[in-house]
Amino acid sequence: MNKKHEKVIAPDVGWRNVTRAGIIPTAGNAEYYETGGWRTKKPVWIEDKCIHCLLCWRFCPDSSVIAEDGKFGRFDYEHCKGCGICVNVCPSDAIDFIDEGETSEGRNDGE
Amino acid sequence: MNKKVALTGNEAVALSMKQINPDVVAAYPITPQTEIVQFFSSFVANGQVDTEFVTVESEHSAMSATVGASAAGARAMTATSANGLALMWEVVYIAASNRLPIVMPVVNRALSAPINIHCDHSDTMGARDSGWIQLYSENSQEAYDNMIQAVRIAEHPDVLLPVMVMMDGFIISHGLENLEVMDDESVKDFVGTYKPDHYLLDIENPITMGPLALFDFYFEVKRQQAEAMKNAKDVILDVAKEYKDLSGREYGLFESYKLDDAEIAIVVMSSAAGTGKYVVDKLREEGKKAGLLKLRVFRPFPHKEIAEALKHIKALAVMDRAESFSDFGGPLFAPIRSALFDVKNDIKVVDYIYGLGGRDIVPPHIEKVFNDLEEIKETGKYDKLVNYLGVRE
Repeated sequence: MNKKHEKVIAPDVGWRNVTRAGIIPTAGNAEYYETGGWRTKKPVWIEDKCIHCLLCWRFCPDSSVIAEDGKFGRFDYEHCKGCGICVNVCPSDAIDFIDEGETSEGRNDGE
Repeated sequence: MNKKVALTGNEAVALSMKQINPDVVAAYPITPQTEIVQFFSSFVANGQVDTEFVTVESEHSAMSATVGASAAGARAMTATSANGLALMWEVVYIAASNRLPIVMPVVNRALSAPINIHCDHSDTMGARDSGWIQLYSENSQEAYDNMIQAVRIAEHPDVLLPVMVMMDGFIISHGLENLEVMDDESVKDFVGTYKPDHYLLDIENPITMGPLALFDFYFEVKRQQAEAMKNAKDVILDVAKEYKDLSGREYGLFESYKLDDAEIAIVVMSSAAGTGKYVVDKLREEGKKAGLLKLRVFRPFPHKEIAEALKHIKALAVMDRAESFSDFGGPLFAPIRSALFDVKNDIKVVDYIYGLGGRDIVPPHIEKVFNDLEEIKETGKYDKLVNYLGVRE
């Protein structure tokens, strides 16, 4: 089992074995809760326009902009809730914001 | 060393808090509870307790601060009455659902409107389904004893639920009575040191409390909570046994008063039970087989034990110091009547709503109830299922 799929409380556990009051007994596990399904709109990276200022990385409230070697790397779509803050703060219009499910040819969606 | 003292109910409860010496007390005044936290604040000011005393701006904040302190790992308390409890509402549920062993004295007072500062049970009866254990006290002695036992009940690992300790506003809270209190050391030893297994200030083991749990986990958490309340019954009895060894005073889930051979009986809580016992004694002298059940523990509701204690009764009256506006009597009536359903003895059970907003209840009122019960016993019939005792027609 890799870390990504590890669950603090297994989804099939009975009431006797659920932690008391649903306490999460370990720290640093928010990443196990995939919030990408909440998204109705999706940020899409436009590589040509990106100046790698990383404002999106700084402002993302869900740590869903993944920087690599000091540059924009990709979006973490498993956790991005589609709030659009990155789109709003981008100074070079390098992030498109499209409806979830909309296909966009020629666009690099970061993954 | 036990000693006899004369104290009001509020003084007795404040004294119990001083002896328990909790880590945190959040305080907001409301009549008739105000004196409890006021007396306690003087213990803080005099250095007689080590408590962090938090003066907050509302009861919602009082319960929130208490929840925060308890989650952090402290033994935490607050106190309230009536509208104060109503303002705490949201957080009262959160305290129980997070399984925080808070102890809160509640001095029973009527809810508005009309504005009224006197006793009835409308405040805590409203909180009956909030997940708190509820202990009702007849007098100052019981309020003092219940407070000390409440700490042990709440913090027991099989329970971990908050406890409300009730006494009747003004009648008990401001009435001077003789009672026996224990020395500080005995109480300190009895309540012990609170050692939570999970708490937020445990920096070696960081945890999250009160997380989101939707359709996938909420139900399991609630099922656990129901089990904890079920477990509380045995724990309450175990703690009572231990407390008896220490104090000499006996507590159970309820008190059976001359019930063994009784044919007619009343079920009553809190201060009116004293008046009820007086009337029972009088009727016994007249040769009438009258008895009384004084309920101490309303949550968890000891339905099996109540049915067992009342199964031989022919006619029973439930005394409710609150309306439920259900057109089916007060909040005590329905569960008592339901508990007797499986007995299949055709016990006639009627309800008497009394004492709302502090309306006095005196022996002739309770004599009337027993007279009605005599008639119901003889005829097997009753006029009204729900009666209002002491209201002007």
